[in-house]
Amino acid sequence: MAEKKPSPLDLNSPSFNPNMYLDKLFKESNLKQIMDHESEIVKDTQTLHSDMQTLVYENYNKFISATDTIKKMKVDFKKMENEMDLLASNMSSITSFSDQINSTLQDTRSQISKLSGVHTLLQRLQFLFKLPTSLKTRMEEKRYIEAVQDYLHAQRVLEQYGNLPSLQGIKTDCETILIELKKELRKHFSNPQASAKELTESVDLLLQLNEPAKELCSEFLICAEKRLSDQLVMLKDQSEQRDISEFIDLGCSGFLSDLCLVVASFDDMFINRNNLDNIENSDIFENFAATELNNFVKQNMAKYFDLVQNKVDLEQDVGDTAVLVQALDRFYKRIESNTLCRDVDFSALATEIVINAGRKQCKAHLQILKMHFADCLTKVRQNLTTPKLISQDDSSKNLNELLSTLIMSIVEKIKGVLQDLVVFIQPEVNFAQKPQFKDSFCVDNVREGLIVCFMHHLTATARSYCAIVASDLKVPPTVLLLLSKLCLDFRNGSVSFVLSQTDELFQINPKQSAALTNEGEINMTMQESAQELLNYYVRIQGLNVSQMLRKSVETRDWLHTIEPRTVRAVMKRVVEDISAIDATVALLYEDQGNNTEHSSDSSRKTHSISVSRHQYRSNWSSLTPNHLDSTLVSNMHKLFSERIEIFSTVEFNKISILTGIIKISLKTFMECVRLKTFSKFGLQQIQVDTHYLQLYLWRFVADENLVHFLLDEILGSAVHRCLEPILMEPSVVDIICERG
Amino acid sequence: MENENSVIYGLEFQARALAPQNAEIEKICFLIGTQSLKQATNQIHLVEFNDEDSTLKTSVFNHPEGEIWKLNSSPLDETKLVTCYNSVTNENSCCMKTALYKLPQTENPDTVESLPIVTSFDTSALGNEVKTTEFHPVEAEKVASVLESQVVLWDVSGEKARSILKVQLNGKNNPKFTTGKWNPHQSCNQFTTAVETHLKTYDVRSGELAWGIDNVHSQLLRDLDFNMNKQYHVATCGDDGFIKIWDFRQTGQPVYSRSDHSHWVWCIRFNPFHDQLLLSASSDARVLVSSAASVSSENNNDCMQDETEAKQMISDGPLQWCEHEDSVYCAEWSLAEPWVFASLSYDGRLLISRVKKSLKYQIML
Repeated sequence: MAEKKPSPLDLNSPSFNPNMYLDKLFKESNLKQIMDHESEIVKDTQTLHSDMQTLVYENYNKFISATDTIKKMKVDFKKMENEMDLLASNMSSITSFSDQINSTLQDTRSQISKLSGVHTLLQRLQFLFKLPTSLKTRMEEKRYIEAVQDYLHAQRVLEQYGNLPSLQGIKTDCETILIELKKELRKHFSNPQASAKELTESVDLLLQLNEPAKELCSEFLICAEKRLSDQLVMLKDQSEQRDISEFIDLGCSGFLSDLCLVVASFDDMFINRNNLDNIENSDIFENFAATELNNFVKQNMAKYFDLVQNKVDLEQDVGDTAVLVQALDRFYKRIESNTLCRDVDFSALATEIVINAGRKQCKAHLQILKMHFADCLTKVRQNLTTPKLISQDDSSKNLNELLSTLIMSIVEKIKGVLQDLVVFIQPEVNFAQKPQFKDSFCVDNVREGLIVCFMHHLTATARSYCAIVASDLKVPPTVLLLLSKLCLDFRNGSVSFVLSQTDELFQINPKQSAALTNEGEINMTMQESAQELLNYYVRIQGLNVSQMLRKSVETRDWLHTIEPRTVRAVMKRVVEDISAIDATVALLYEDQGNNTEHSSDSSRKTHSISVSRHQYRSNWSSLTPNHLDSTLVSNMHKLFSERIEIFSTVEFNKISILTGIIKISLKTFMECVRLKTFSKFGLQQIQVDTHYLQLYLWRFVADENLVHFLLDEILGSAVHRCLEPILMEPSVVDIICERG
Repeated sequence: MENENSVIYGLEFQARALAPQNAEIEKICFLIGTQSLKQATNQIHLVEFNDEDSTLKTSVFNHPEGEIWKLNSSPLDETKLVTCYNSVTNENSCCMKTALYKLPQTENPDTVESLPIVTSFDTSALGNEVKTTEFHPVEAEKVASVLESQVVLWDVSGEKARSILKVQLNGKNNPKFTTGKWNPHQSCNQFTTAVETHLKTYDVRSGELAWGIDNVHSQLLRDLDFNMNKQYHVATCGDDGFIKIWDFRQTGQPVYSRSDHSHWVWCIRFNPFHDQLLLSASSDARVLVSSAASVSSENNNDCMQDETEAKQMISDGPLQWCEHEDSVYCAEWSLAEPWVFASLSYDGRLLISRVKKSLKYQIML
């Protein structure tokens, strides 16, 4: 509170009221206190008083010393003023002196500068006068760059003052020399020995000499063209002598590097040039130059590609696929690494060439495979026709061996070819990884073009043997059997082996692309061919046997024949032939189970047959010469037996094959019998013959009733065609047949 | 086999001779000759087929001279026919002969008449075999007989046939004729024969060989037929089961070749009106109607017209077949109705069939 409101009671406050203070003091304090207080105040007052005195004194002292300092300063300034005046006067005198010197030296200086000007002029003139000679010497020394630089130095002057009589001579001299120089430089263009670098230099110089750029550029290209075409001609000449890898090397190092150099220098000279004089036209010119260059490169590359293509086409020899691939790889790498031309992707063209080469190689291999197959077949045919095969022991081994070696050699050959071709897609080969190449090569060329095509060729060739055997009697029908089995074996394994091998080697996924010929299709054709061949084999063999039977029936006079004592030789021959066929077929095709029950107790079977035949025959023996009855019996029989297909499709087993052959033969026998008229003995001869066949043929067929039925038909027909149908006693027939 | 399409006529005897009545162009008539070693029982049946109600009318004539192997009817006179028959001379020998007959104009179907022989042929000096006797296509008095190794041209205007020309067949291994036929083209001056596997054609004016095709079939050549509409085409069939059509100007390869039969083919006939239809009979007991559209005359004509591009050609191959119980040795088209054919099997069954309707329309439209 005391702070806020200055208390009038505070001694130090400005609003101090002595009276109030005193009043208060008097009121509140006793005497003693008052007394003490009085003395205290007196003391304070004294202290304050002395303090004040000290202060005043000190201030006074300071004031006096300040006054002294000011007095001293006044004196010093006076002195300085004088010295300044002196300096000013000196300076003005210096100025006047320098002016004086300047004016004195002015004349001399201008003279000197004039003299030096004259000197340079004289120097230049001297250069000009010397120029023709120096140019000449430089030309002679072939230092064209300096010559051009020299001329360029002088050019402007010559242009400006060229019409002065004194300089005119020099100008003309210079011009003639220059023309010569230009000629010389252009000569470089046409000089085949000149290196590309020299050319570049020359062009550079000519450009500096203000030759028209377009003209130069086309001239340059023409020269380059000439050089390149020389290279191409050289390549062409070499293409026939050298092998492909040397040829490609030659192309790469000669033609391609030259072309690159040309392109590079052309770029440097005409396209990327900054210091062209006529700036406003440079864009247009660059465009022009670029198109010129592109055309040029395209043309030359086209020629080169043609050459390479030709060379690749010329490569007749398929033996060195590796070399070919190596060469192609180098070629492709080279083409791919250079971007010669902005618009055209030469690597695509190169790929095209490589693909073509691949296709060609595949075709060549296909041809080889075909030839190999044909050779194999010829060998097989020779093998089959050689007489030693007639003895059956030899043939037994041979036929099977022949087949397996045939298959082996074909499959091995295919494998070899695949191995050979796989070089094309080795990972280190550059183009192999291009999908464009890989698709076309692996799928179209190798798998479809080579393997599948060969399989088709195989079946087609096999089928063609049907016609060959039919037209050429020298070809043994066994070939058909062998080929049929070949097709079957291929179907049962080799096809899938070869295809999977191909897919594996060439990384084809057969499930991915629907366009691929699948295994089933080929197997189907194989199966069909096998079937066709086998059918044809049966037919041919059947017809061969029939032919024999037909001749034997036709040539005999059945009306005037003696009582039969033996089986006719031809029947024995038929049985022999069929046994031989059986033996041959057995080598390639296995029996089916049906036959085992026959062989187990054959004696009983034959017996039962002869019994049944005996009973049946009794029909004939009791036959009254009434045709109605006989037809009735025959028809009745037919009613209950199944219809017999003569040339039906055969199955792939021995029994079926032989059944087919026997059916055809017996049917023929019947037809022949129907064309003849028999006497009693004639009929009996047929009876003996059929019984003989019955005895020997049943074991070859699946259903012996079939033979039974057919033989009965034959006998029945003979009875019909007999003037006096009386059959022999069965026991006599048995005896005759057993006697052989 | 379509039942509604065919009519069966059964004979009591075996038979292998069938011929259309060539001169009859109003009615569909076929002649059948039976084959029985009992001479007297042999007959000739004239079967008339009524196309509208599918009924048959038959007349039977006796043919006591012997069993009939071959039967031909005159193309000019419907009553005339010629047979080649085998007659048993005595107990143990028989001989083939040929004779020309005239059908009597009988109205009574109950009586069985014998056929009167109009002209007889003396072939005794020429061998025991007469393969066929063929009427000349245009000249009524001329017939040709094919014997074992000779072709004889006869003049049949009298009662005894007078031989005009004999052509002897020469060659290694004693070759024999199988059959023969007049070539209806070339002014009917050519007679074509089948010898083993070859075709040999003789000019009947000179008796010289006019042309021939060797190895027509790989085995015996059984029958041949000329295309009425295409003068250089001849069809052949044989024991190798093949049917072939040859252009005899180029004999290297047949122009058409198929093997749809499974045994010997005995008979081949061009349809006289639509020559893309081939009829063939085989001992596999089948009769086939095959298409040979690729070499037919209609095919060529069609090529010239633009509108027919829309019409699709029938592809070559079998179109229709009939099954018999036994071997079929004869099949013939009717001369009166282009869509009817007959086939005769050895067991004496005649089957008269029609070409399938669909096929008919396809060819006609």
